[in-house]
Amino acid sequence: MPIDILMPALSPTMEEGTLAKWLKHEGDSVTSGDVIAEIETDKATMEVEAVDEGTIGKIVVPEGSEGVKVNAVIAVLLGDGETAADIGTETPAATPAPAPAEAPAPVAAEPAAAAPATAEVPSDPDIPAGTEMVPTTVREALRDAMAEEMRADDDVFVMGEEVAEYQGAYKVTQGLLDEFGARRVVDTPITEHGFAGVGVGAAMAGLKPIVEFMTFNFAMQAMDQIINSAAKTRYMSGGQMHAPVVFRGPNGAAARVAAQHSQCYASWYSHVPGLKVVMPYTAADAKGLLKAAIRDPNPIIFLENEILYGHTFDVPKLDDFVLPIGKARIHRAGNDVTIVSFGIGMTYAEQAAEELSGMGIEAEVIDLRTIRPMDLPTVIESVKKTGRLVTVEEGFPQSSVGTEIATRVMQQAFDYLDAPILTVAGKDVPMPYAANLEKLALPNVAEVVDAVKAVTYTA
Amino acid sequence: MNDYGPLSFKVPEPPVRPGDEPDFSDFEVPKAGTVRKPGVDTDANDIKDLATTMIRVLSREGEAVGPWAEEIDKETLLHGLRSMLRTRAFDERMMTLQRQGKTSFYMKCTGEEAIAIGQQLALSEGDMNFPTYRQQGLLLCQDYPVVDMICQNLSNARDPLHGRQLPVLYSSKKHGFFTISGNLGTQYIHAVGWAMASAIKGDTKIAAAWIGDGSTAESDFHAALVNASVYQPPVVLNIVNNQWAISSFQGIAGGDQATFAERALGYGIPSLRVDGNDFMAVHAVSKWAIERARRNLGPTMIEWVTYRVAPHSTSDDPSKYRPREESAAWPLGDPVLRLKNHLIKIGLWTEERHTQAEAEFDEEMRVAAKEAESYGVMGGGASARDIFEDVYKEMPPHLIAQRQKLGV
Repeated sequence: MPIDILMPALSPTMEEGTLAKWLKHEGDSVTSGDVIAEIETDKATMEVEAVDEGTIGKIVVPEGSEGVKVNAVIAVLLGDGETAADIGTETPAATPAPAPAEAPAPVAAEPAAAAPATAEVPSDPDIPAGTEMVPTTVREALRDAMAEEMRADDDVFVMGEEVAEYQGAYKVTQGLLDEFGARRVVDTPITEHGFAGVGVGAAMAGLKPIVEFMTFNFAMQAMDQIINSAAKTRYMSGGQMHAPVVFRGPNGAAARVAAQHSQCYASWYSHVPGLKVVMPYTAADAKGLLKAAIRDPNPIIFLENEILYGHTFDVPKLDDFVLPIGKARIHRAGNDVTIVSFGIGMTYAEQAAEELSGMGIEAEVIDLRTIRPMDLPTVIESVKKTGRLVTVEEGFPQSSVGTEIATRVMQQAFDYLDAPILTVAGKDVPMPYAANLEKLALPNVAEVVDAVKAVTYTA
Repeated sequence: MNDYGPLSFKVPEPPVRPGDEPDFSDFEVPKAGTVRKPGVDTDANDIKDLATTMIRVLSREGEAVGPWAEEIDKETLLHGLRSMLRTRAFDERMMTLQRQGKTSFYMKCTGEEAIAIGQQLALSEGDMNFPTYRQQGLLLCQDYPVVDMICQNLSNARDPLHGRQLPVLYSSKKHGFFTISGNLGTQYIHAVGWAMASAIKGDTKIAAAWIGDGSTAESDFHAALVNASVYQPPVVLNIVNNQWAISSFQGIAGGDQATFAERALGYGIPSLRVDGNDFMAVHAVSKWAIERARRNLGPTMIEWVTYRVAPHSTSDDPSKYRPREESAAWPLGDPVLRLKNHLIKIGLWTEERHTQAEAEFDEEMRVAAKEAESYGVMGGGASARDIFEDVYKEMPPHLIAQRQKLGV
């Protein structure tokens, strides 16, 4: 029986890659451990080793193919006595196999539709009609935002661990060192507290630093610099001094990185006066809001997500696409229930809305985009229309962004509510490592659907 | 078979406690003028000895001696002494206001005046200090209005920081005086970042970082040193070792195992240990370090050895943890007296002028305090509107709503 060789996942969050080179060819014999191909992801080039012994019967995906999904069949291995004629004609070429239970990313664990290559985003009211849209990953959009701002303003520079030579731990600063040089793309020592403070000091001297944290989980030791210095100096100095820094990097859970690398800090930072907290979902928002953040004279917390980095969305082709901080976006219109989410929480909200639509429930999905200052008026307008509200986020449930929204909607729109507000969040546990436990700890689409059914009394 | 005895735990103790005779017998004081002066382009490895000795210029006889003794123009010398007297008069007046219940809190810098003033007079306009709460001399030797300083301490209607900041934690960008941080050590990294920015911009300005012996234990201190070592920014890293962090003697911060100056050596940063009660030494060493920074030769650490004569703050009674007579027995003496004697020795100053100057500054502070008090005391006069200003550059809608709700 011929054996399918599948596109391997070379990191927990890899969803697709480029098959850069075949090192074995049809007719070559291989033994377990032989390097048969090279694969490039946006993070690295890696070698694929043969698992089984046999002869390469057919190369299904030619070298140079881009966007090859994890678990797609890339070649077929023949055993003793088998020939190419034994290869079933039904072998699908480059079609994703159903994701196994321990699939790399939580969103990918949902079947096929879970990680749409291009999400359907209603045209943003801030984008002129007829604008050309370019499919772009969130990662590229963030890089483009930084590059554009750095070209426009010599005071903008990037600093952080691995941002220069390595192009960012998640390749978000790709190409910046080449274009802007070591004076403006600065690798730092491994001291989040230290380089956050260096950034604050540089901002006080009149520069506009973008401080990348490898993850916001590491930024906990920089909290004192972010909160006590960056957020409060304008106030304490009577307006004489301030720190226009953007602190950015991945936040929240990725996949298989456990308790100390998976926390969402949206509600933590949203507690602090003096900070603005931005948490985009789409690539267009990532770009437009990061550009706005770099120009903003206040310190900004810009929360990204490792899994979303590889997601592709349409980004308007505009010379200077800047979005307003503090403004939510109606991601999907509907009349029956309002679902408010932000960041990766939007993936659950979006899929739930799709499923609910099949049941005859039309959800209005609001992407908050900015956590502080919070665009409550948009949420309240929607609730006045739907009378029902569900919030969705991956962070811990107590003192969450959802509970904040629930409190304020209850205070300001109580008479419009036809049901209690429900908040969908992560479980109240540190993130476990095991794939099955991790999946349980995060919210899921079914929980969102159930919450909507409960508030619409259709359960 | 186990050859090991039980382990024992060490908590460093100062040589003496209240009731004991002051004892500085283990405190080594090299003779003035005996420590060499390297070129500003020296390598840190070639001056390791300067981190353990003590650079001193003023001899017992009031003469400026040795390689660090240099010509300082008369105006600077007189301004230095007068600023030290002025600072002392300011501290006394603030202490009185606190004891009268007109402000909640105050911190004197008695015995440490030479350090801030000696260095400030070696800095240039546009350079930036990142001070702690005991460098009021940086402002008092400049033209910063003393009434404004008092108004902040009284938190009244004329408080330049609008009733938002603690007494003593001044801020004046114009005077190169960064907003003092109430949590210790953060400013040390800011100075490094500010200096990096100056270099990134291709400017010629430098930063001066300030920290106390106790706060060198903060991670900020070490993070600042590693960043200063890596990027070689134009920054002077000052440690004011005044022996005491409230009741914790410098040994609790690790000062018994190595000098504070020696900490820089592991980072390859040139480091000097200096008599902080010697205005001439302070000014000369500051100039040397500032020259290094300005010539793009990188950071310099300076440990200023001094003694906190005053209590930590108005909330502190030091007689509970150190002998009352200890400050009088301090081997490096009083910085004001030492500079005064030197200036008399070289014919720039007299006892009469000294007495006159003391009276002049006492009167200046009395009048200034009276004016400041007319604008209110103890937080009596800040505008309620100030509570919502300067949280962000532009006031966001929710703060406007809160302000309207308060009716201010």
